[in-house]
Amino acid sequence: MVEFRDVDKRYGNGPLVLERINFSAQPNDFIGLIGPSGCGKSTLLKLIAGLSPVTAGAIAIEGAAPATAANNLAFIFQEPTLLPWLTVAKNVEVPLRLRLASAAHRRETRKNALALVGLAGRENSYPRQLSGGQKMRVSIARALSIAPKLLLLDEPFGALDEITRGHLNEELLAIRQRQAWTAFFVTHSVAEAVFLSNRLFVLSANPGRLHRELRIDLPYPRTADTRQSRDYQQLVAEVSRLLRSVETIAA
Amino acid sequence: MPRKLLNVLLPAATGTLFIAAWYAVCFSLNEDNRFLLPTPGEVLGALRDNQDTLAHATLNTAEGALLGFALSAAVSFALALGLSLSSLVRVSLYPYLMILQMMPVIVFAPILVLWVGPGLKSVTIITFLICFFPLVVNTTQGLVSTDHNLVDLFKMYRATKWQEIFLLRVPAALPYFFTGLRIAAVLAPIGALVGDYTAGSSAGDGGGLGFQAIIYSSQAEYPALFATAAVTCVLGFILVAAVLALNWLALHQWHDSFERTDK
Repeated sequence: MVEFRDVDKRYGNGPLVLERINFSAQPNDFIGLIGPSGCGKSTLLKLIAGLSPVTAGAIAIEGAAPATAANNLAFIFQEPTLLPWLTVAKNVEVPLRLRLASAAHRRETRKNALALVGLAGRENSYPRQLSGGQKMRVSIARALSIAPKLLLLDEPFGALDEITRGHLNEELLAIRQRQAWTAFFVTHSVAEAVFLSNRLFVLSANPGRLHRELRIDLPYPRTADTRQSRDYQQLVAEVSRLLRSVETIAA
Repeated sequence: MPRKLLNVLLPAATGTLFIAAWYAVCFSLNEDNRFLLPTPGEVLGALRDNQDTLAHATLNTAEGALLGFALSAAVSFALALGLSLSSLVRVSLYPYLMILQMMPVIVFAPILVLWVGPGLKSVTIITFLICFFPLVVNTTQGLVSTDHNLVDLFKMYRATKWQEIFLLRVPAALPYFFTGLRIAAVLAPIGALVGDYTAGSSAGDGGGLGFQAIIYSSQAEYPALFATAAVTCVLGFILVAAVLALNWLALHQWHDSFERTDK
């Protein structure tokens, strides 16, 4: 689905941000990316999205270069990045509108997407009338509106409170049960990374390297109960230890 | 006392105090100098006595002010779009726009009359020039300050340049555009008056408020001169109110400058 072969990345003449990144993501993988600040997690997403070119090496998305794979790819940013002058409904329709989809198709898709994130009935609200969690739901609905095969999430829940964050984690997995997409999820939260991912990439910084990959073999569907399980808690402890050791190297 | 009542009473009290102080100054002047400052009552009287002349002059000035204002809004919007499209164009032109903004338009008014003739044309052009710079500077600023996350989003979804401009940059710039319009609305009647003052006098249609100001001033009809100033204020007020109404229509549902209506 997504392949990195010896990918290096630097911005301009700056230092290497990413060095010799190699991996191969399979369809339906949920890959968590975790690591200290400056390890290039967000850069890695930008490379996949084709928002920035690689310095060396190659990326293939279903065999094609990132720039040509954009049609099946959706990005969810750290901020909800809603257009404040559009209603919730119009915001969700933006990607389809940019692709000149018919009004009927847009309406149908928007309804389904908003229902998926539990915001049916808020079509006519404006973003400023929504809470932080609701705005992020709209942002997710917008990403889902193009029926992506590849979903890139850059710390989407970082600004939310712990409880909202937990709910949205569960909802994201519930949506994934119904739609098949491959996900790359950048986060600073070990608990979130373990809860969501089936593969977890731990990156080290300066330059960013793939330090270690962990398989998270907790069975899906994962629910709030998963967090109570001993396996989950052990994994969280293990990843935390690993992350501390990586951060010590970086420091 | 409830805040709402205070909000009405306090400005009313300030106004009353101001008028009282005005009368006090008038009556403290000695007999020889009384003509220098007419009382509010005398100004109102002059307004009534000259209402036909003033109404006609106001319409003339309003016509120039509106034409100049509208022309300025349209041209500055188009220019700002051009400037926002290319940083090369921006770098080439922007410094001169900033310098031109400092240019005292009034100095060129007499020569403008020679170029295009007196009357409405000159008045419109002078108003246009005075309104132009705050509009173009604000609008350009708005068009280039779009949230870069939103620009990334549009890039992500492979928006065309035109989609990026008209679905993203233009709506995002609206608050800036309206700030420019508000400033221009204050300037427009003054611009029209100044234009009229220098260029309206020989127009066949009897001139506008600026021309009346010259006449009243030369005839030492100071109450009427004050009345002319008051009418200009009202004209500015109406224009600003109209812009604020448009601003409200365009922005109140989504922009943070308007209070939340619900949560």
